[in-house]
Order: sequence, then structure tokens, then C-alpha cells
Amino acid sequence: MADVAFLALTVITIGSAIAALEMRSLIYGSIALMGTLGGIAGFFLLLDAPFVALFQLAVYVGSIAVLILFTVMLVKRELIFKKIEDKRRKFAGIGLMLVLMVALGAVFVDSGIKTMTTDEPSVNFRDIGADFVTYYWPALILMGLILAGSVTGALVLARRVDEENDQRIN
Amino acid sequence: MTSELIDFTLVSVALLGIGIYGLAVKRNFIRMLFAIEIIINAANLNLVAFGRFLPHSGGQTLALFSIAIAAAEVAVGLSLIIVAYRMYQNVDIADFRSLKG
Repeated sequence: MADVAFLALTVITIGSAIAALEMRSLIYGSIALMGTLGGIAGFFLLLDAPFVALFQLAVYVGSIAVLILFTVMLVKRELIFKKIEDKRRKFAGIGLMLVLMVALGAVFVDSGIKTMTTDEPSVNFRDIGADFVTYYWPALILMGLILAGSVTGALVLARRVDEENDQRIN
Repeated sequence: MTSELIDFTLVSVALLGIGIYGLAVKRNFIRMLFAIEIIINAANLNLVAFGRFLPHSGGQTLALFSIAIAAAEVAVGLSLIIVAYRMYQNVDIADFRSLKG
């Protein structure tokens, strides 16, 4: 059965996921999102995957959450504190969420993974490194290209064309 | 290791449900991005949990790939938000009429 650390991480993760979507202020919402991402990193530690946990902390909490925070700060002040949502859709959304949770949860509880435990040692991170450079090397190169392309595309998209103050014209 | 696989799977299902609720109800572009992030994290949790209990190194490798691709997706999504905000001075997706097909 679940232990204390698992229960605490569950409460932190799910509570701050709800807070991230329901807080009135977008700034507090993005800080709550950091709590969710950090809680997931804690789950990775519980699952004996410290390498993935540190990667999650560095990439998600370190860069993505900060990037979101800066984007929120670029938005007008009254938009940060205004809640924009469909009132009619709210109950339908809650119903959809509950139906999904109960249905998928029943499927998982009913399946054979309920009693699945393991006594085997966890995967060594050396195996992950070996995976990356042997079997998955085309995917690794492709991922590097995708990252470079998407960051370049994001920079081009967000560039402001300011022709009046362009240095080349003056 | 005192927790079982089913515990992690149920947490992942709960996060998926919360994320889909956010995508269905919210009309704020930034909040919808939060919901997408929560769904991606639920998927990563499942990958690592199944990789631990099989045990197989492919779960953690795929989770690392997934985290990196999610970083690229967030960068593009946030720049799209900035462009749309510059055009419409709003983050309500119901206002983005000219994006309609």
C-alpha cells in the first residue's frame, strides 16, 4: 500500500494542478503549476529514476515555468486577474472530468496491473545513456534538430517588426 | 519501493482528468497551455512508472525525449500567445476570430 511520502506528493501534485487552473491570478496559477511539476519530479524519485527527476526539475521547473511566468508578465494587468471561462461549459467540464476519471480508473483497477510489484533492481542510468547513443541515436539527432528549429521559429514569430526605429533606415 | 504500479497509474489518470477539464472549460490561452502541460506530465509519469515495474530502460528514455519535445512545444506556444496578444490585445481564444477556418 502507499506510504506517507507518496500520499504527500499526491496531495501536492493534484492540489496544485487544481489551483493552477482555478486561481484567479495567472501569476499565482503559474507558481502553482511549478508545484505540480515539482511533485511529478518527486514521483520520479520515488520510482528510482533520479536522472529523469533532475532533468524534469531543470527543464520544467527551471526553464518552462519561468518562461510562462515572463509571458504572463507581458500581458495587461486586468487580463491577469480576469477569469475567462464558459459558465455553461463549467458543469459539463466537471462531468467530463469525473466520467473520465471513474471510467479509466475502473479499467486500470480491473486490469491485471493491480497486483503488479517488482523486486528487481531499478534501471541504471548508464543503460539510459547507452540507449541514447546506440539504439535511439537517429531520434536523438532528430530531437536536437527539432529543438533548434522550434526555438528559431519561436524567436522569428515573437520578433517585433519596428520599421520606424530600424537602424538600417536611419 | 512500497507503492504499487496501480497507485502511480491512478494519480496519472487524475491529472489527465484535471487537464481535460481545463482544456474544455477555460478560454484563456495561457490557462489552456497549463492544462496541456499537466496532461503531458501525466503521460511522463505513466512512462516512468511502467518502465520501473517491467523493468525496462525504454520508459525513462522515452520520458526524457518527451520532456525535451514538450520544452520545444512550450516555446512555440508562448511565442504564438505573444503574437496573438499583439494582434488582438487579448488572451481570450473566442476573440481570435480570424484563426477560424
